[in-house]
Amino acid sequence: MNFANNKVFSLSKKLCSCLYRYSSHFVYHPEKNGNEFGKVTEQNMYQAINSAIDIVLSKDPNSVVFGEDVGFGGVFRCTNGLRERYGKERVFNTPLCEQGIVGFGIGLAVAGTTAIAEIQFADYMYPAFDQLVNEAAKYRYRSGNLFDCGKLTIRTPCSAVGHGALYHSQSPESFYAHAPGLKIVMPRSAMKSKGLLLSCIRDPNPCIFFEPKIMYRIAVDNVPENDYELPLEKADVLVEGKDVTLIGWGTQVHVLLEVAEIALEKFSISCEVIDLVTILPWDKHTIVNSVKKTGRAIVSHEAPLTGGFGAEIAASIQEECFLHLESPIRRVTGYDTPFPHVYEPFYLPNKWKCLQAVKEVVNY
Amino acid sequence: MILNNLMIKCPFKNIFVKYYCVRKNNIDKINYIGLKNTIYSNILNIVEPSSTKSRPIFRVLQTFEECVETDQPIMVPNNEELIKMYKTMVLLSIMDKILYESQRQGRISFYMTNEGEEALQIGSVAGLKSDDLIYGQYRETGVLLYRGFTPEQFMDQCFGNINDKGRGRQMPVHYGSKDLNFVTLSSPLATQIPQAVGSAYSFKMLKKLRCAVVYFGEGAASEGDTHAAFNFAATLDCPIIFICRNNGYAISTPANEQYCGDGIVSHGSGYGIATIRVDGNDILAMYNAVMKSREYVLNNMKPIIIEAMTYRRGHHSTSDDSTAYRPKEEIEMWAKNNPITKFKLFLNKRKLWNDQDDIQYENIVRKELLETFTISSKKKKPDWRHMFSDVYNNQPVHLLEQMKSLEEHLKENSQHYPKDF
Repeated sequence: MNFANNKVFSLSKKLCSCLYRYSSHFVYHPEKNGNEFGKVTEQNMYQAINSAIDIVLSKDPNSVVFGEDVGFGGVFRCTNGLRERYGKERVFNTPLCEQGIVGFGIGLAVAGTTAIAEIQFADYMYPAFDQLVNEAAKYRYRSGNLFDCGKLTIRTPCSAVGHGALYHSQSPESFYAHAPGLKIVMPRSAMKSKGLLLSCIRDPNPCIFFEPKIMYRIAVDNVPENDYELPLEKADVLVEGKDVTLIGWGTQVHVLLEVAEIALEKFSISCEVIDLVTILPWDKHTIVNSVKKTGRAIVSHEAPLTGGFGAEIAASIQEECFLHLESPIRRVTGYDTPFPHVYEPFYLPNKWKCLQAVKEVVNY
Repeated sequence: MILNNLMIKCPFKNIFVKYYCVRKNNIDKINYIGLKNTIYSNILNIVEPSSTKSRPIFRVLQTFEECVETDQPIMVPNNEELIKMYKTMVLLSIMDKILYESQRQGRISFYMTNEGEEALQIGSVAGLKSDDLIYGQYRETGVLLYRGFTPEQFMDQCFGNINDKGRGRQMPVHYGSKDLNFVTLSSPLATQIPQAVGSAYSFKMLKKLRCAVVYFGEGAASEGDTHAAFNFAATLDCPIIFICRNNGYAISTPANEQYCGDGIVSHGSGYGIATIRVDGNDILAMYNAVMKSREYVLNNMKPIIIEAMTYRRGHHSTSDDSTAYRPKEEIEMWAKNNPITKFKLFLNKRKLWNDQDDIQYENIVRKELLETFTISSKKKKPDWRHMFSDVYNNQPVHLLEQMKSLEEHLKENSQHYPKDF
């Protein structure tokens, strides 16, 4: 049936505004480079992630991928085609039980197997909170390095998607950032996601890899075909500026990039945009250097304000850059409510809210 | 009011009941995914859990005699191993007494004894191979002792001194040994169970003739992680032996407030897992059950659950007075079913051990243990800087900074901190 010819689906103005609600709240900024690692192909984020896992499975025979529905390719297609290539024993479905998935993954890692576990949505990671925080994070420490589960990586889709409401939109990174022993990473692009995921899988510490699901298809980059790793614990300065430092991660980086463009164009404010990349352990050095230069800082994330990781960054900036600060540090974040369905456009820390904060700190 | 009206309008007595004839033969064949060969039935049946009898407990040794008649062959270890098993039980019980008393005197911060569960622990580990990977809960000291962890190593851990491989970071009793394939214990209950399943999967994938073994109490079996582990082990075909120590109590909670089914073995059929229920106070029954289980899991690449019935004769821990919730008579009754005495009678009849040997051995062991205790208690604590290591494989910048700040602080304030570091 051709919807366009169907009167019922002819787009009225009202419906148009309705569809706008479900469209993404950011403009994707593709990665500029990628050639440094050799031949590239155009890939979106789920394809880049798939390629990273493919490389690990092909190079390391003692590696497995598992989780709910990963066997047929995953609900976001990230494990597409892998079972056909590597067999059911290495790419498999588990029963529907998050605490089991993470506990099982820890056990694989303890025995020396590279374990790539998937939690279907970051919103459903809490049943595994105990295994992640009490077990995975503390394994090496409590055993005096006799045992560790460094070969474990948890991949999980996170953040807003337009209509995910309470349980398909969460950004729970700050819950896990309070657990010494874990590494927490959130990529901003297809190109970054492949290199960072490869680093996480090979890092000798348990890693949580949060994948902003809205970008699975939207984010298209020139992604290197080769095996390449990008450094963890290192923030990226994407745009250099002199008036204010904007710090974000995941999808929010693209919001901030657009804010920087508008601020420069319309108000001649020069913003420095930093992608934090790794939430734990985070790159304080890069942030502090930037704020010492600009004298102003805005941290922005989708997760709620109170107890969000922005608070950690703001407190550290205040400690390290007190004499350089020209205005209070601002946090532009989600509100302290559950993530709502129809109110999503009002909930998100979008470019207009960020832009307002930029103007306020500059005019302080 | 409305409800009352309804009642008047539709009195249940007058509801018209229709009886339909049901065809006798239900020959339709439909395959439900995940169900094995089932049939339709005309009989509307509520299946009561009491419809099946409680599973019997496998045992070899009678309480006060040598052997029960069995119609199947029983494996008996050679004499040397039998004596090693017995000596380990006695050593464990004496070490327990010394460390328990030392906690009462405030010399170590915490302790948990193994009283009553010696046969369960040592019988089971004797049935395993040394490279089978063991995950424990915390009441498996005998397992580690039998594998070769020395009293000095146990005591070093309890003191958290410089020789503790765990670097004094965990509470006493949280042992671990890489060399002996015994994964370091942690306090959260049942977390180790799905982990053991993961390790078992790894062994299967690498085609190693190793299995994973995991111990847990009947209380821990109520945790969600236990459900996860049983289900993962069954669906992913993992060579793992689950050993449940059903000792009647989880701290103060008796087992009948823990579950209503037929103990832990009853879970087996629900998950599609084979089971054995065994007398945990009978070292030879434990030994046989575990040997047979090991053979089963490795031949079939499937899990098995062993439920070992026993009784926790000691307090839950040094922080617990168990007479607050259970009668003394109960403890006394179980003292008569002492697994050590039971095994001694068996050895006695075989002329492998007598009361004289007992006295001699106990004297030597007690003396050696006390000497070891003194040595362990005098060792220094590890360098405080180890508080900051092993969080990650190497130290991130922020941890180095925090360590440095403590260093600076101590330069001026060391008089306020303990000296034995």
